[in-house]
Amino acid sequence: MSGEKLRIGFIPLADAATVIVAADKGFTAQEGLDVELVREVSWSNIRDKLNVGLFDAAHLIAPIAIASSLGLGHIKVPIAAPFVLGTNGNAITVSPTLHAAIAEAADGDITDPAVSGRALARVVARRKAKGGEPMTFGMTFPFSTHNYQLRFWMAAAGVDPDEDVRLVVLPPPYMVESLANKHVDGFCVGAPWNSVAVDLGIGFILHFVSEILARAAEKVLGVRSTWAQENPDTLTRLLRAHGRAAAFIEDLANRDEVSAMLAAPHRIGVAAEVIRRTLDGRLKVAPDGTVRASARYLLVGREDAARPDPVQAAWLYAQMVRWGQAPLSPELLAVAEGVFRPDLYDAALGKPLEPFVGESADRIGAFAGPAFDPNDVAAHLAAWKIGRR
Amino acid sequence: MDASLKIVIVDENPIRAAILEEGLREAGHVQVVRIEDTTRLLARVYAIDPDVILIDLENPSRDVLEQMFQVSRAVKRPVAMFVDQSDKASIEAAVDAGVSAYIVGSLRKDRVKNILDLCISRFNAFARLQDELDRTRSALEERKVIDRAKGILMNAKNLSEEAAYALLRKTAMNENKKIAEVAQSVITAAELFK
Repeated sequence: MSGEKLRIGFIPLADAATVIVAADKGFTAQEGLDVELVREVSWSNIRDKLNVGLFDAAHLIAPIAIASSLGLGHIKVPIAAPFVLGTNGNAITVSPTLHAAIAEAADGDITDPAVSGRALARVVARRKAKGGEPMTFGMTFPFSTHNYQLRFWMAAAGVDPDEDVRLVVLPPPYMVESLANKHVDGFCVGAPWNSVAVDLGIGFILHFVSEILARAAEKVLGVRSTWAQENPDTLTRLLRAHGRAAAFIEDLANRDEVSAMLAAPHRIGVAAEVIRRTLDGRLKVAPDGTVRASARYLLVGREDAARPDPVQAAWLYAQMVRWGQAPLSPELLAVAEGVFRPDLYDAALGKPLEPFVGESADRIGAFAGPAFDPNDVAAHLAAWKIGRR
Repeated sequence: MDASLKIVIVDENPIRAAILEEGLREAGHVQVVRIEDTTRLLARVYAIDPDVILIDLENPSRDVLEQMFQVSRAVKRPVAMFVDQSDKASIEAAVDAGVSAYIVGSLRKDRVKNILDLCISRFNAFARLQDELDRTRSALEERKVIDRAKGILMNAKNLSEEAAYALLRKTAMNENKKIAEVAQSVITAAELFK
């Protein structure tokens, strides 16, 4: 195969689907691009290899693109996110013991995050009263949606994520093992790891994150801003290939083919049936086989989900401020919003004729608190008692 | 050289870790601790309380170390090696060699620069060694295949060993293939005719 060579890094997760299908189904080749996909083991590696130019583009957790652009935790390398690879798609899974304790302490339906949060607060308080060690929850990276989603859910119910429980970073492939050997009581991670825990009978999916936030940008296709500037034509072709791949994935007629493609050992490397559950949004949530379905579990391309929305970037930046990772300033907010690039998306794929009308007016749809206003991050922060500012 | 520095090596590959440790000891670092099992990695690292942490990039637990910048309970606050914007070359060399280094506390970076350099050269040496081993191993495999094919030809066509080898080599040259490939075909064919 000839064509312009590009190296793209990814982590074996279901929301790498668009990157994998774009290359393996030949959409990138049709655009004259010779893409080499490189499977990575850590987000730190992906970030560093993208930053130093060993990767041209990468499957990236959205907050890493923002943190890198703000120079938080590492060297400052401005990143552009011209395409959203996945919206939502994470889930919170808890051990059978914690699940039973939450169900027992609940004052209603625990699929409602307000109810499950209050129940968690009671479980935490009882444990503290007995002098027990705080519970531990796993998430994937300090600058991750998983971290912010767990914190948002807990803190809304009065559980302080730094004082009342412990949050620890765990690489996704280690989550299930850590739950099995009781190093953690629960975790927030992307597909397929929640399903793997349920299938092994060691975990219950408590929440899809779409129950906590109706619309949360999860993974983006990240490139260095300078690279985007210097290679506009290549970027356009890359985005067109991703647009076609996302549409191909969302077409139900292709679902078996897509699931098999993603399941390949050198790609995600789990059973195709498990991938299919994720794409269909029909997940087994309990070891007894109970299924929960959601049309919002993982959005790949439908509902304009692939088009970057700066409001999402602003919300993520607000979480960084709330949890003490970044100071609050209008300049930093502008940098964060500027990471999400609908202009580059539109240049390659055309601007949607009508903006998508979602069910939540603020385009975030959090289960608790006032509507999010990107022009008033201070108000968002003031709405919460618990925070690390 | 800085004998007072406590250095932790996080590497699941015991041979590479040993090579690196040996290099550090030769350079005068006496306080070197290896961590191979990464379960409860943060707790282990805190218990050792190192000045420098070296970790291989094949290790998914690298993300666990990144959390150390965030944890307020940590006694010391580690700083990444890579914070110096001007030092892009050494970042690239490290990433390329497959290793990453973290400095703990307020240690000055120039005190650690030679540790990272040593780390990079040992990692590269290990990669060369591995490569050589792989090549030796595949050469050995090829040797075995060729010997089996020779045996088959000697029996089937009543040839001497030299003649059997010459036939393999001539066929390989005519078909523009490696001798080992032709030998494998001979073995496969012989299996079919069994």
